Amino acid sequence: MAKHHVSTTINGEPVEYLCSTRQTLLDVLRDELNLTGSKEGCASGDCGACSVMLDGRLVCACLVMGAEAEGRAVETIEGMAEGDSLHPLQRIFLEDAALQCGICTPGFLVAAKALLDRNDNPTETEIRYWLAGNLCRCTGYDKIVRAVQRTAAEMRGEAR
Amino acid sequence: MQSVQFEAPGTVEEACALLAGAAGDARILAGGTDLLVQLRSHIIDPALVVDIKRIEETRTLARNADGSYTVGAAVAGAEAHERGDIVADWPGVIEAWDLIGSTQIQGRASLGGNLGNASPAADSVPAMIAAGMTANIAGPGGRRSIPVEEVATGPGRTSLAKGEFIVSFGLPARPEGGGDAYLRLIPRTEMDIAVVGCGVALVLDGDGKVASAKVSLGAVAPTALVVGDAASAIVGTGLDDGAMAALDAACQAACSPIDDKRGTVEYRTKVAGVLARRAAKIAAERAGSR
Repeated sequence: MAKHHVSTTINGEPVEYLCSTRQTLLDVLRDELNLTGSKEGCASGDCGACSVMLDGRLVCACLVMGAEAEGRAVETIEGMAEGDSLHPLQRIFLEDAALQCGICTPGFLVAAKALLDRNDNPTETEIRYWLAGNLCRCTGYDKIVRAVQRTAAEMRGEAR
Repeated sequence: MQSVQFEAPGTVEEACALLAGAAGDARILAGGTDLLVQLRSHIIDPALVVDIKRIEETRTLARNADGSYTVGAAVAGAEAHERGDIVADWPGVIEAWDLIGSTQIQGRASLGGNLGNASPAADSVPAMIAAGMTANIAGPGGRRSIPVEEVATGPGRTSLAKGEFIVSFGLPARPEGGGDAYLRLIPRTEMDIAVVGCGVALVLDGDGKVASAKVSLGAVAPTALVVGDAASAIVGTGLDDGAMAALDAACQAACSPIDDKRGTVEYRTKVAGVLARRAAKIAAERAGSR
């Protein structure tokens, strides 16, 4: 069967690709567009390693069909830094060692940014619930939660 | 494993024609949180997938002039949760919907998908049933509306005919003195499948007595149940201990659950009664606070 020709926007840039119905948005990002920052952990929407923004909503790219993205706006981890300048979340995750193996990290960063974009001062409970769909088997989560809290404080202009 | 045709029609009529003309199994794509998992794990092998999200009606959540709501079948949980009106009017429906999965899942998870997937443990379904919601179904022969409880006929099976799909839901105006609640039990605090779910909607009269009620249980039978005896047990009462005991007993009597790693038959049955008591109490508190 003919592949679908999809025109979409990824990290603000117009992008075109071909995909089959069985290819997820994650498959397209990684295998067709070489945007390998989004990771495949479970491929069933449980782990959050493939978290991306789709029309401003946090979603798992493994649960979106590539063909569905026609005319939509996709934001991935590759769009998070501005040139060489890391997003504060990225910098503070590094500074505070909020990662070990790093497979879950892009998903955590995309999800945490989505949280801070709508709530600049989340409580620890709010952070933990918001990030409950992102699984990390290394850190035990505490460093991740504290890094999000410190980032939020810094972005609010509070020295900590 | 066959190649899958993918279509994203812009109108209800086109969608029905595509579904009716499918050569093999045809599936609806709303939020995709069940569909893509089933596709990948080869539980289903459809010839056609129809994405209904390009149809405006499926993506619209509207409060109507009479205070009722029309909820598009593909509206995502996160979208509804951000709406002050429906959250205030029907907190039980919203809390049931909101319990489904993580933030990422909430970005996509729809009522149409949760009902159409026909899992006996679907969290939103008992709350929808208790609230008196109707499913607005379109098909090649036109449109019809049926109570939500008439959609699922068994695990993974629905009463929809070939060519039909759920376009939207009707949610009544919240009655004066009305309140609703949904509770579920899972073995952990987040993101698991209900061992038991219970939705209760009721209306209190001026004296604080239950004027009408609807009780629905999930995950204790092949489909979500309407428990008429449970509603009868509390109507006319002030939810005193005797009424609560009768509600509990009626819910337990209605259960015919499976026995699995999440809970034995005995445990699920017992929990159904407990959740019904608690949900009724919360619904009454909400009814009284308005």
